[in-house]
Amino acid sequence: MEGLERIVLEQPFFSGLGPEFGAAISGCARNLRFAAGEYLFREGESANEFYLIRHGTVALELHSPGQQPIVVATLRQDDILDGSWLVPPYCWTFDARASELVRVLGVDARCLREKCEADHDLGYELMKRFAGAMGERLRAMRLQVADVYGPQRS
Amino acid sequence: MSTGHNVPEAREECRAPSPDSLLPMPVPVTRVRRETADVATIELTPASAFAFVPGQFNMLYMFGLGEVAISLSGDPAGDHRIVHTVRAVGAVSQAITRLRRNDVIGMRGPYGSCWPVAESEGSDIVIVAGGLGLAPLRPVIYRVLAHRERYGRVAVLYGARGPAEILYRRELEAWRRRLDVDITVTVDHAAADWRGNVGVVPALIPRTPIDPDHVIAMVCGPEIMMRFAIDALQQRGLALDRIFVSMERNMKCAIGLCGHCQFGPTFVCRDGPVFRFDRIAPFFNIREI
Repeated sequence: MEGLERIVLEQPFFSGLGPEFGAAISGCARNLRFAAGEYLFREGESANEFYLIRHGTVALELHSPGQQPIVVATLRQDDILDGSWLVPPYCWTFDARASELVRVLGVDARCLREKCEADHDLGYELMKRFAGAMGERLRAMRLQVADVYGPQRS
Repeated sequence: MSTGHNVPEAREECRAPSPDSLLPMPVPVTRVRRETADVATIELTPASAFAFVPGQFNMLYMFGLGEVAISLSGDPAGDHRIVHTVRAVGAVSQAITRLRRNDVIGMRGPYGSCWPVAESEGSDIVIVAGGLGLAPLRPVIYRVLAHRERYGRVAVLYGARGPAEILYRRELEAWRRRLDVDITVTVDHAAADWRGNVGVVPALIPRTPIDPDHVIAMVCGPEIMMRFAIDALQQRGLALDRIFVSMERNMKCAIGLCGHCQFGPTFVCRDGPVFRFDRIAPFFNIREI
Protein backbone atom coordinates (compact mmCIF):
# COMPACT_ATOMS: atom_id res chain seq x y z
CA MET A 1 0.00 0.00 0.00
CA GLU A 2 1.34 3.43 -0.96
CA GLY A 3 2.24 5.85 1.84
CA LEU A 4 -0.55 8.32 1.16
CA GLU A 5 -3.17 5.60 0.79
CA ARG A 6 -2.10 4.20 4.15
CA ILE A 7 -2.34 7.65 5.72
CA VAL A 8 -5.84 8.11 4.26
CA LEU A 9 -7.10 4.80 5.60
CA GLU A 10 -5.56 5.46 9.02
CA GLN A 11 -7.71 8.55 9.50
CA PRO A 12 -10.65 7.85 11.83
CA PHE A 13 -12.89 9.75 9.42
CA PHE A 14 -12.13 7.20 6.70
CA SER A 15 -11.97 4.15 8.95
CA GLY A 16 -13.62 1.06 7.51
CA LEU A 17 -13.27 2.22 3.91
CA GLY A 18 -12.13 -0.49 1.53
CA PRO A 19 -8.69 -0.28 -0.12
CA GLU A 20 -10.22 0.63 -3.49
CA PHE A 21 -11.82 3.70 -1.94
CA GLY A 22 -8.60 4.47 -0.11
CA ALA A 23 -6.76 4.38 -3.42
CA ALA A 24 -9.36 6.62 -5.06
CA ILE A 25 -9.15 9.25 -2.30
CA SER A 26 -5.39 9.15 -1.98
CA GLY A 27 -5.16 9.69 -5.76
CA CYS A 28 -6.58 13.16 -5.11
CA ALA A 29 -4.74 13.81 -1.82
CA ARG A 30 -1.57 15.50 -0.67
CA ASN A 31 0.05 16.40 2.63
CA LEU A 32 0.13 20.07 3.58
CA ARG A 33 1.41 22.13 6.48
CA PHE A 34 0.41 25.58 7.65
CA ALA A 35 2.38 27.74 10.05
CA ALA A 36 0.72 29.29 13.09
CA GLY A 37 -1.39 32.26 12.00
CA GLU A 38 -1.58 31.18 8.37
CA TYR A 39 -5.01 30.85 6.81
CA LEU A 40 -6.02 27.53 5.27
CA PHE A 41 -8.83 29.29 3.48
CA ARG A 42 -10.92 32.44 3.66
CA GLU A 43 -14.65 32.92 3.63
CA GLY A 44 -16.00 33.20 0.07
CA GLU A 45 -13.04 31.46 -1.57
CA SER A 46 -13.68 28.48 -3.78
CA ALA A 47 -13.65 25.22 -1.84
CA ASN A 48 -11.27 23.53 -4.24
CA GLU A 49 -9.73 21.30 -1.61
CA PHE A 50 -11.00 19.82 1.61
CA TYR A 51 -8.87 19.21 4.64
CA LEU A 52 -8.58 16.63 7.33
CA ILE A 53 -6.48 17.72 10.29
CA ARG A 54 -3.64 15.35 11.15
CA HIS A 55 -1.93 17.57 13.72
CA GLY A 56 -2.56 20.90 15.39
CA THR A 57 -5.58 23.13 15.90
CA VAL A 58 -7.49 25.34 13.51
CA ALA A 59 -9.76 28.25 14.47
CA LEU A 60 -12.89 28.76 12.38
CA GLU A 61 -13.50 32.50 12.35
CA LEU A 62 -16.19 34.92 11.29
CA HIS A 63 -15.04 38.46 10.66
CA SER A 64 -16.87 41.75 10.84
CA PRO A 65 -15.44 45.11 9.69
CA GLY A 66 -13.82 47.08 12.46
CA GLN A 67 -14.06 44.27 14.97
CA GLN A 68 -11.91 41.39 16.05
CA PRO A 69 -12.85 38.14 14.32
CA ILE A 70 -15.09 35.82 16.35
CA VAL A 71 -13.86 32.26 16.77
CA VAL A 72 -16.87 29.96 16.41
CA ALA A 73 -15.09 26.63 16.70
CA THR A 74 -11.72 25.11 17.35
CA LEU A 75 -11.01 22.06 15.23
CA ARG A 76 -8.24 19.61 15.98
CA GLN A 77 -6.67 16.33 15.01
CA ASP A 78 -9.00 13.98 13.10
CA ASP A 79 -11.56 16.74 12.41
CA ILE A 80 -12.61 17.63 8.89
CA LEU A 81 -12.77 21.25 7.84
CA ASP A 82 -16.33 21.90 6.69
CA GLY A 83 -18.29 20.25 3.88
CA SER A 84 -18.49 23.23 1.54
CA TRP A 85 -16.47 21.37 -1.11
CA LEU A 86 -19.28 18.83 -1.45
CA VAL A 87 -22.26 20.98 -2.37
CA PRO A 88 -22.64 23.93 -4.77
CA PRO A 89 -21.61 26.70 -4.92
CA TYR A 90 -18.43 25.13 -3.43
CA CYS A 91 -17.46 28.18 -1.39
CA TRP A 92 -16.00 28.31 2.12
CA THR A 93 -18.31 29.91 4.66
CA PHE A 94 -15.68 30.67 7.34
CA ASP A 95 -12.08 31.72 7.63
CA ALA A 96 -9.88 28.88 8.84
CA ARG A 97 -6.71 29.98 10.64
CA ALA A 98 -3.98 27.72 11.94
CA SER A 99 -3.70 28.37 15.71
CA GLU A 100 -0.37 26.56 15.75
CA LEU A 101 1.62 24.49 13.30
CA VAL A 102 -0.98 22.43 11.46
CA ARG A 103 -0.54 19.40 9.28
CA VAL A 104 -3.47 18.35 7.14
CA LEU A 105 -4.40 15.89 4.49
CA GLY A 106 -5.62 18.02 1.58
CA VAL A 107 -7.90 16.38 -0.98
CA ASP A 108 -8.52 17.99 -4.37
CA ALA A 109 -12.26 18.59 -4.30
CA ARG A 110 -12.92 18.56 -8.04
CA CYS A 111 -10.91 15.38 -8.46
CA LEU A 112 -12.85 13.66 -5.68
CA ARG A 113 -16.23 14.98 -6.83
CA GLU A 114 -15.59 13.51 -10.28
CA LYS A 115 -14.68 10.17 -8.74
CA CYS A 116 -17.83 10.26 -6.62
CA GLU A 117 -19.95 10.94 -9.73
CA ALA A 118 -18.29 8.05 -11.50
CA ASP A 119 -18.57 5.69 -8.54
CA HIS A 120 -21.71 6.29 -6.53
CA ASP A 121 -20.71 3.71 -3.94
CA LEU A 122 -17.71 5.89 -3.11
CA GLY A 123 -19.90 8.99 -3.24
CA TYR A 124 -22.49 7.46 -0.90
CA GLU A 125 -19.83 6.33 1.57
CA LEU A 126 -18.33 9.80 1.69
CA MET A 127 -21.73 11.48 1.83
CA LYS A 128 -22.71 9.37 4.87
CA ARG A 129 -19.52 10.30 6.68
CA PHE A 130 -19.77 13.98 5.88
CA ALA A 131 -23.47 14.07 6.74
CA GLY A 132 -22.68 12.52 10.15
CA ALA A 133 -19.86 14.96 10.83
CA MET A 134 -21.90 17.96 9.67
CA GLY A 135 -24.85 16.78 11.77
CA GLU A 136 -22.66 16.68 14.87
CA ARG A 137 -21.36 20.14 14.10
CA LEU A 138 -24.88 21.44 13.56
CA ARG A 139 -25.99 20.08 16.93
CA ALA A 140 -23.08 21.77 18.63
CA MET A 141 -23.82 25.01 16.80
CA ARG A 142 -27.44 24.87 17.99
CA LEU A 143 -26.26 24.64 21.57
CA GLN A 144 -23.95 27.61 20.99
CA VAL A 145 -26.75 29.65 19.47
CA ALA A 146 -29.01 28.80 22.43
CA ASP A 147 -26.53 30.75 24.59
CA VAL A 148 -27.39 28.58 27.58
CA TYR A 149 -24.96 30.37 29.90
CA GLY A 150 -26.23 33.79 28.93
CA PRO A 151 -28.82 35.97 30.68
CA GLN A 152 -31.88 33.98 31.67
CA ARG A 153 -34.89 34.46 29.43
CA SER A 154 -38.19 35.07 31.13
CA MET B 1 -30.39 1.36 30.05
CA SER B 2 -28.81 0.01 33.23
CA THR B 3 -25.56 -1.75 33.90
CA GLY B 4 -27.16 -4.11 36.37
CA HIS B 5 -24.05 -3.58 38.45
CA ASN B 6 -25.90 -1.90 41.26
CA VAL B 7 -24.20 1.46 40.97
CA PRO B 8 -24.85 2.95 44.39
CA GLU B 9 -27.12 5.84 45.12
CA ALA B 10 -25.07 8.65 46.53
CA ARG B 11 -27.00 9.17 49.71
CA GLU B 12 -24.97 7.47 52.41
CA GLU B 13 -23.04 10.51 53.51
CA CYS B 14 -25.79 13.06 53.09
CA ARG B 15 -26.99 14.58 56.30
CA ALA B 16 -30.64 14.89 57.10
CA PRO B 17 -31.86 18.39 57.93
CA SER B 18 -31.92 19.17 61.62
CA PRO B 19 -35.27 19.62 63.41
CA ASP B 20 -34.88 23.40 63.36
CA SER B 21 -34.03 23.38 59.71
CA LEU B 22 -36.48 26.13 58.84
CA LEU B 23 -34.77 28.62 61.13
CA PRO B 24 -32.17 30.80 59.39
CA MET B 25 -29.01 31.51 61.32
CA PRO B 26 -27.40 34.96 60.99
CA VAL B 27 -23.90 34.54 59.62
CA PRO B 28 -21.28 37.21 58.88
CA VAL B 29 -19.75 37.56 55.45
CA THR B 30 -15.99 37.28 55.84
CA ARG B 31 -14.88 37.52 52.23
CA VAL B 32 -16.27 38.43 48.82
CA ARG B 33 -14.56 37.66 45.55
CA ARG B 34 -15.82 38.91 42.19
CA GLU B 35 -15.59 35.98 39.79
CA THR B 36 -17.11 37.56 36.67
CA ALA B 37 -19.25 40.60 35.89
CA ASP B 38 -22.36 39.08 37.49
CA VAL B 39 -20.97 36.29 39.65
CA ALA B 40 -19.48 36.58 43.13
CA THR B 41 -18.15 34.06 45.62
CA ILE B 42 -18.94 34.81 49.24
CA GLU B 43 -17.42 33.22 52.31
CA LEU B 44 -19.47 33.01 55.50
CA THR B 45 -17.99 32.18 58.87
CA PRO B 46 -20.56 30.77 61.27
CA ALA B 47 -20.01 30.74 65.01
CA SER B 48 -20.23 26.96 65.19
CA ALA B 49 -18.84 24.16 63.06
CA PHE B 50 -20.46 23.49 59.72
CA ALA B 51 -20.13 20.28 57.73
CA PHE B 52 -21.51 19.34 54.32
CA VAL B 53 -20.94 16.88 51.55
CA PRO B 54 -20.36 17.78 47.88
CA GLY B 55 -23.60 18.45 46.05
CA GLN B 56 -25.58 19.89 48.93
CA PHE B 57 -26.98 23.39 49.16
CA ASN B 58 -27.92 26.06 51.69
CA MET B 59 -30.85 28.40 51.75
CA LEU B 60 -29.49 31.97 51.88
CA TYR B 61 -31.78 34.64 53.26
CA MET B 62 -31.41 38.31 52.43
CA PHE B 63 -33.37 39.92 55.20
CA GLY B 64 -36.51 41.56 53.92
CA LEU B 65 -36.02 40.30 50.38
CA GLY B 66 -36.28 36.54 50.44
CA GLU B 67 -34.45 33.24 50.26
CA VAL B 68 -32.66 31.38 47.50
CA ALA B 69 -31.12 27.93 47.30
CA ILE B 70 -27.40 28.12 46.56
CA SER B 71 -25.01 25.19 46.16
CA LEU B 72 -22.06 24.83 48.49
CA SER B 73 -18.94 25.37 46.43
CA GLY B 74 -16.13 25.29 48.99
CA ASP B 75 -13.81 22.56 50.19
CA PRO B 76 -15.73 20.05 52.34
CA ALA B 77 -12.52 19.31 54.22
CA GLY B 78 -11.68 22.95 54.75
CA ASP B 79 -12.14 24.97 57.90
CA HIS B 80 -15.65 25.90 58.92
CA ARG B 81 -16.01 28.68 56.37
CA ILE B 82 -19.00 28.29 54.08
CA VAL B 83 -18.46 29.16 50.44
CA HIS B 84 -21.15 30.01 47.91
CA THR B 85 -20.80 31.19 44.33
CA VAL B 86 -23.80 33.23 43.31
CA ARG B 87 -24.92 34.69 40.01
CA ALA B 88 -27.09 37.79 40.02
CA VAL B 89 -30.26 36.73 38.25
CA GLY B 90 -33.06 37.94 40.53
CA ALA B 91 -33.60 40.42 43.34
CA VAL B 92 -32.27 38.14 46.09
CA SER B 93 -29.26 36.76 44.24
CA GLN B 94 -28.43 40.23 42.99
CA ALA B 95 -28.44 41.50 46.58
CA ILE B 96 -26.21 38.59 47.64
CA THR B 97 -23.63 39.44 44.99
CA ARG B 98 -23.55 43.00 46.37
CA LEU B 99 -22.75 41.88 49.92
CA ARG B 100 -19.58 43.18 51.51
CA ARG B 101 -17.31 41.94 54.22
CA ASN B 102 -18.93 42.07 57.70
CA ASP B 103 -22.46 42.18 56.27
CA VAL B 104 -24.77 39.58 57.79
CA ILE B 105 -26.91 37.11 55.87
CA GLY B 106 -29.36 34.44 56.99
CA MET B 107 -28.48 30.85 56.29
CA ARG B 108 -30.01 27.44 56.88
CA GLY B 109 -28.79 24.09 55.71
CA PRO B 110 -27.14 22.04 54.41
CA TYR B 111 -29.83 20.25 52.45
CA GLY B 112 -30.16 17.68 49.74
CA SER B 113 -28.45 14.69 48.26
CA CYS B 114 -24.81 14.52 47.29
CA TRP B 115 -22.50 13.49 44.48
CA PRO B 116 -21.30 9.87 44.68
CA VAL B 117 -17.78 10.83 45.68
CA ALA B 118 -17.16 8.04 48.19
CA GLU B 119 -19.03 5.50 46.09
CA SER B 120 -16.86 6.33 43.07
CA GLU B 121 -13.63 5.27 44.75
CA GLY B 122 -11.89 2.79 42.48
CA SER B 123 -13.63 4.18 39.41
CA ASP B 124 -12.66 6.70 36.79
CA ILE B 125 -14.46 10.01 37.09
CA VAL B 126 -15.54 12.41 34.40
CA ILE B 127 -16.94 15.74 35.53
CA VAL B 128 -18.89 17.75 32.98
CA ALA B 129 -19.71 21.28 34.05
CA GLY B 130 -21.23 24.20 32.20
CA GLY B 131 -21.27 27.82 33.34
CA LEU B 132 -22.14 28.17 37.01
CA GLY B 133 -22.53 24.37 37.11
CA LEU B 134 -18.87 24.21 38.08
CA ALA B 135 -19.74 25.60 41.52
CA PRO B 136 -21.62 22.54 42.88
CA LEU B 137 -18.94 20.29 41.39
CA ARG B 138 -15.95 22.12 42.83
CA PRO B 139 -16.29 20.34 46.22
CA VAL B 140 -16.08 17.04 44.31
CA ILE B 141 -12.86 18.15 42.66
CA TYR B 142 -11.41 19.20 46.03
CA ARG B 143 -12.32 15.87 47.59
CA VAL B 144 -11.09 13.74 44.68
CA LEU B 145 -7.80 15.60 44.37
CA ALA B 146 -7.26 15.35 48.13
CA HIS B 147 -7.58 11.58 47.87
CA ARG B 148 -6.29 11.19 44.35
CA GLU B 149 -4.91 7.69 44.94
CA ARG B 150 -8.42 6.34 45.51
CA TYR B 151 -9.60 7.07 41.98
CA GLY B 152 -8.67 6.03 38.48
CA ARG B 153 -8.49 8.50 35.63
CA VAL B 154 -10.06 11.87 36.45
CA ALA B 155 -11.23 14.26 33.76
CA VAL B 156 -12.88 17.65 34.21
CA LEU B 157 -14.60 19.14 31.19
CA TYR B 158 -15.73 22.69 31.72
CA GLY B 159 -17.59 24.99 29.35
CA ALA B 160 -18.22 28.70 29.77
CA ARG B 161 -19.91 31.33 27.67
CA GLY B 162 -16.67 33.16 26.90
CA PRO B 163 -13.18 33.65 28.34
CA ALA B 164 -14.38 36.44 30.66
CA GLU B 165 -17.02 34.14 32.15
CA ILE B 166 -14.67 31.34 33.22
CA LEU B 167 -15.18 30.59 36.91
CA TYR B 168 -12.35 29.83 39.34
CA ARG B 169 -9.78 30.58 36.67
CA ARG B 170 -6.77 30.45 39.01
CA GLU B 171 -7.80 27.11 40.41
CA LEU B 172 -8.45 25.67 36.97
CA GLU B 173 -4.97 26.77 35.94
CA ALA B 174 -3.47 25.21 39.07
CA TRP B 175 -5.34 21.92 38.58
CA ARG B 176 -4.24 21.90 34.97
CA ARG B 177 -0.61 21.95 36.05
CA ARG B 178 -1.11 18.68 37.87
CA LEU B 179 -0.15 15.61 35.92
CA ASP B 180 -2.81 13.35 37.39
CA VAL B 181 -5.97 15.08 36.24
CA ASP B 182 -7.16 16.10 32.78
CA ILE B 183 -8.68 19.56 32.78
CA THR B 184 -10.23 20.78 29.54
CA VAL B 185 -11.82 24.21 29.28
CA THR B 186 -13.86 25.37 26.34
CA VAL B 187 -15.89 28.49 25.61
CA ASP B 188 -18.88 28.94 23.35
CA HIS B 189 -17.53 32.08 21.68
CA ALA B 190 -14.27 33.97 21.76
CA ALA B 191 -12.31 36.68 20.02
CA ALA B 192 -9.38 35.64 17.87
CA ASP B 193 -6.86 36.36 20.64
CA TRP B 194 -8.24 33.49 22.76
CA ARG B 195 -5.74 30.65 22.54
CA GLY B 196 -7.95 28.02 24.13
CA ASN B 197 -10.69 25.82 22.78
CA VAL B 198 -13.92 27.13 21.26
CA GLY B 199 -16.87 24.79 21.15
CA VAL B 200 -19.57 23.42 23.41
CA VAL B 201 -18.67 21.26 26.37
CA PRO B 202 -20.59 18.13 25.24
CA ALA B 203 -18.40 18.11 22.12
CA LEU B 204 -15.40 17.39 24.37
CA ILE B 205 -16.88 14.08 25.49
CA PRO B 206 -16.14 12.09 22.31
CA ARG B 207 -12.47 13.09 22.65
CA THR B 208 -12.13 12.18 26.32
CA PRO B 209 -10.67 8.77 27.14
CA ILE B 210 -13.58 6.96 28.81
CA ASP B 211 -14.02 3.33 29.77
CA PRO B 212 -17.82 3.17 30.00
CA ASP B 213 -17.81 0.24 32.41
CA HIS B 214 -15.44 1.88 34.90
CA VAL B 215 -16.43 5.51 34.94
CA ILE B 216 -18.86 7.62 36.91
CA ALA B 217 -19.99 10.82 35.21
CA MET B 218 -21.16 13.86 37.18
CA VAL B 219 -22.89 16.52 35.14
CA CYS B 220 -24.08 19.99 36.14
CA GLY B 221 -25.09 23.00 34.11
CA PRO B 222 -28.06 24.44 32.29
CA GLU B 223 -30.56 21.69 31.52
CA ILE B 224 -30.14 21.99 27.75
CA MET B 225 -26.41 21.52 28.14
CA MET B 226 -26.97 18.53 30.41
CA ARG B 227 -29.24 16.90 27.81
CA PHE B 228 -26.55 17.24 25.16
CA ALA B 229 -23.89 15.98 27.58
CA ILE B 230 -25.95 12.96 28.61
CA ASP B 231 -26.55 12.10 24.94
CA ALA B 232 -22.81 12.28 24.31
CA LEU B 233 -22.06 10.12 27.37
CA GLN B 234 -24.60 7.54 26.24
CA GLN B 235 -23.01 7.50 22.81
CA ARG B 236 -19.76 6.63 24.57
CA GLY B 237 -21.53 3.62 26.06
CA LEU B 238 -22.27 4.86 29.60
CA ALA B 239 -25.28 3.28 31.22
CA LEU B 240 -27.74 5.70 32.77
CA ASP B 241 -26.93 4.53 36.28
CA ARG B 242 -23.35 5.70 35.82
CA ILE B 243 -24.46 9.27 35.16
CA PHE B 244 -25.35 11.69 37.97
CA VAL B 245 -26.88 15.10 37.43
CA SER B 246 -27.68 18.06 39.66
CA MET B 247 -31.12 19.49 38.99
CA GLU B 248 -32.35 22.99 39.60
CA ARG B 249 -35.94 23.92 40.36
CA ASN B 250 -37.64 26.65 42.34
CA MET B 251 -36.81 25.56 45.88
CA LYS B 252 -38.60 27.30 48.74
CA CYS B 253 -38.83 25.20 51.90
CA ALA B 254 -35.84 22.91 51.14
CA ILE B 255 -37.33 20.03 53.13
CA GLY B 256 -39.91 18.61 50.74
CA LEU B 257 -42.98 20.22 52.25
CA CYS B 258 -44.07 23.07 50.04
CA GLY B 259 -43.96 21.31 46.66
CA HIS B 260 -42.52 24.23 44.69
CA CYS B 261 -39.65 22.13 43.39
CA GLN B 262 -41.68 19.08 42.46
CA PHE B 263 -40.07 17.30 39.54
CA GLY B 264 -42.25 14.39 38.45
CA PRO B 265 -42.57 12.09 41.45
CA THR B 266 -39.64 13.73 43.26
CA PHE B 267 -38.90 16.93 45.11
CA VAL B 268 -35.59 18.37 43.99
CA CYS B 269 -34.84 19.83 47.44
CA ARG B 270 -35.44 16.59 49.33
CA ASP B 271 -34.68 13.82 46.80
CA GLY B 272 -32.08 15.85 44.92
CA PRO B 273 -30.54 18.07 43.81
CA VAL B 274 -28.17 15.26 42.78
CA PHE B 275 -29.93 12.38 41.07
CA ARG B 276 -28.66 9.17 39.58
CA PHE B 277 -29.85 9.75 36.07
CA ASP B 278 -31.72 6.47 35.56
CA ARG B 279 -34.06 7.57 38.39
CA ILE B 280 -35.23 10.66 36.52
CA ALA B 281 -34.58 9.71 32.89
CA PRO B 282 -38.25 8.82 32.19
CA PHE B 283 -39.35 12.39 32.77
CA PHE B 284 -36.15 14.36 32.21
CA ASN B 285 -37.10 15.36 28.67
CA ILE B 286 -40.78 16.00 29.33
CA ARG B 287 -41.35 19.69 28.79
CA GLU B 288 -44.56 19.85 30.84
CA ILE B 289 -42.87 18.71 34.07
